[in-house]
Amino acid sequence: MDILIVFEAKEGQAHRMSLEAVAAAQSMAKELNLTTAVLVMGKDAKSLAENASALDVGEVLTLEHDLLSEYSADGYTEALKQIIAQESPSYVVMGYTYQARDWVPKVSAQLTIPYISDVISVKAEGESPVFTRMVYNGKLISDITPTGGETAIVSFQAAAYPEDSVISGSAETRSVEVELGASMISTVSEPPFQEESGGVDLSGAEVIVSVGRGIGKEENIPLVEALAKSLNAEVGSSRPIVDAGWLPTFRQVGSSGQSVAPKLYLALGISGAIQHIVGMKGSKNIVAINKDAEAPIFEIADYGVVGDILEILPKLTEAIEQ
Amino acid sequence: MKIGVLVKQVPVSDSSLRVNPDQLWVEEGSLNFEMNENDSYALEEALQIKEQSGEGEVVAISMGPADRTPKIIREALSKGADRGIHIVESSSHESDPYILATLFNEAVKDEGFDLVLSGLQSDDMSTGQTGLILGELLGMSTATMVVETEIQGENLKVKRELESGWFQWVTLSLPACVTIQSGINQPRYASLKGIMSAKRKEIRELQKDELMTGDSLQSLSKMYVQHKDKRTEMIEGDTQEIVSRLVDVFKSEAKVL
Ligand SMILES: Cc1cc2nc3c(=O)[nH]c(=O)nc-3n(C[C@H](O)[C@H](O)[C@H](O)COP(=O)(O)OP(=O)(O)OC[C@H]3O[C@@H](n4cnc5c(N)ncnc54)[C@H](O)[C@@H]3O)c2cc1C
Ligand SMILES: Nc1ncnc2c1ncn2[C@@H]1O[C@H](COP(=O)(O)O)[C@@H](O)[C@H]1O
Repeated sequence: MDILIVFEAKEGQAHRMSLEAVAAAQSMAKELNLTTAVLVMGKDAKSLAENASALDVGEVLTLEHDLLSEYSADGYTEALKQIIAQESPSYVVMGYTYQARDWVPKVSAQLTIPYISDVISVKAEGESPVFTRMVYNGKLISDITPTGGETAIVSFQAAAYPEDSVISGSAETRSVEVELGASMISTVSEPPFQEESGGVDLSGAEVIVSVGRGIGKEENIPLVEALAKSLNAEVGSSRPIVDAGWLPTFRQVGSSGQSVAPKLYLALGISGAIQHIVGMKGSKNIVAINKDAEAPIFEIADYGVVGDILEILPKLTEAIEQ
Repeated sequence: MKIGVLVKQVPVSDSSLRVNPDQLWVEEGSLNFEMNENDSYALEEALQIKEQSGEGEVVAISMGPADRTPKIIREALSKGADRGIHIVESSSHESDPYILATLFNEAVKDEGFDLVLSGLQSDDMSTGQTGLILGELLGMSTATMVVETEIQGENLKVKRELESGWFQWVTLSLPACVTIQSGINQPRYASLKGIMSAKRKEIRELQKDELMTGDSLQSLSKMYVQHKDKRTEMIEGDTQEIVSRLVDVFKSEAKVL
């Protein structure tokens, strides 16, 4: 195959971003006339293979090995290295998941092949693809081309290619093998766990008033709480507010925190980094207030105000209370 | 415990950015630079690990132009790093994480670090790769997105952040190279005494052009502003007008009032 799509499991099924990577690979395959295959590995390989064989891909490669049943960066790196050697794909694609962040650069380093991370789109320039990714926190974008190696690895940003654009089909499965030894794995991992949620489930909230670093200092947080109260809303926040200890962890919205989809999401002094956006973009009405007219949050907001939240918030609360 | 920390200078977060006429980089002339946020967490973690173990050294390592990079290294020294290494580049057009990592490897491979810390990603290029590739080149065990560390004899135990509020403990053998996620600690401010003593600390300069690198694996061919496709209704006017339109939106569009 030309494009090898690496699947990741989430709760036993294909990760949403793996399906998005299929959408990306299918679009690349069409534009550049390439063939595709999916690689599934780990303890959920069987169910992933079922997911993958219902897609319009060339074939599904199943890799089962005791040392791959639990994820380890070293194990996955070694496995993919051997598969690349056996199958010589021109491109290896996947979602830019937290797991991908942890191991894929190692494959690139060990094989000295390019790895272009966090890509938002691919376009064909002649025979070869050009990959686009965000730089400067989403304020600018850049075109990147792989320049070395027989194989290039590419990972796609969340929602860059929508999951619902994946073309279904039916694909045969083929099992593949690698040689792994316990001495290749230098880390010992304990089972994943979740921290106390504090009892607040933002995912059910109808209105969320969410605060970002633009609030300036901890003493200003009550301005946000007052507005939330007037709207009968839950308070949400971006990561830096939680990092600073101004609000508890369970208020954090985004890829590391909660995913929410309220009727109204107010983003106050939040710049709109992708890790925040993925947690709230499903909201029905997004209202952003930010003093920077170029803030990326305005790309996804339905209503935008370029202004100072410290000035607007008290007046807004007052107006609602009347 | 001998610890290396990568600290990068990046434009301050609310900078207004303009692309150069060659469309390959931003105009840097008028920008102010600061320490990459995740790197300041990495630095703090390195200082705390050293303080807990009661001995050792923290070395702040940075690559960048001569005008602004020493300031960032100096900041690390004022907070308590023991010395600095500056890879001097004439312009800052390096965007290939593999090349960056090979340069760092050349600069530090003889240091014999027990631990190398870096930010999980930079605020400008954000490839999220430099630290991990360096770990590979140095032959160290690696882990990413670390939110807690614990030295246990010959091992390093780290708490890694997974998606959607999940975590996992992973034990690595030293030497190790890990990337740090924000929120792991509360970075300190430099004290006056720290600022004074930083002036006497060594910053070793290396020229980028004199370090060996391999061929680059990717190249940036164009940088530009993304065109917007979603239509946002921008609400304008004085504060009173803005407030009344917002209330109107809450009532008649979102229907939450
Ligand atoms: C792996 C990973 C996971 C992450 N997970 C998450 C996550 O789950 N959730 C999350 O939120 N982030 C997450 N982040 C961090 C994310 O990348 C951003 O750094 C973060 O979202 C930025 O928060 P912010 O918008 O509040 O701050 P900033 O980006 O600093 O933005 C502050 C904004 O406030 C504006 N502003 C300043 N003063 C005012 C004022 N007076 N009035 C109005 N506007 C003002 C500024 O113009 C700016 O746009 C993650 C990052 C990584 C790498
Ligand atoms: N020029 C640089 N100088 C110092 N550290 C850097 C540099 N570039 C990258 N790094 C380090 O590598 C991390 C990841 O950067 P990146 O791979 O660009 O996302 C950063 O958080 C820094 O710790």
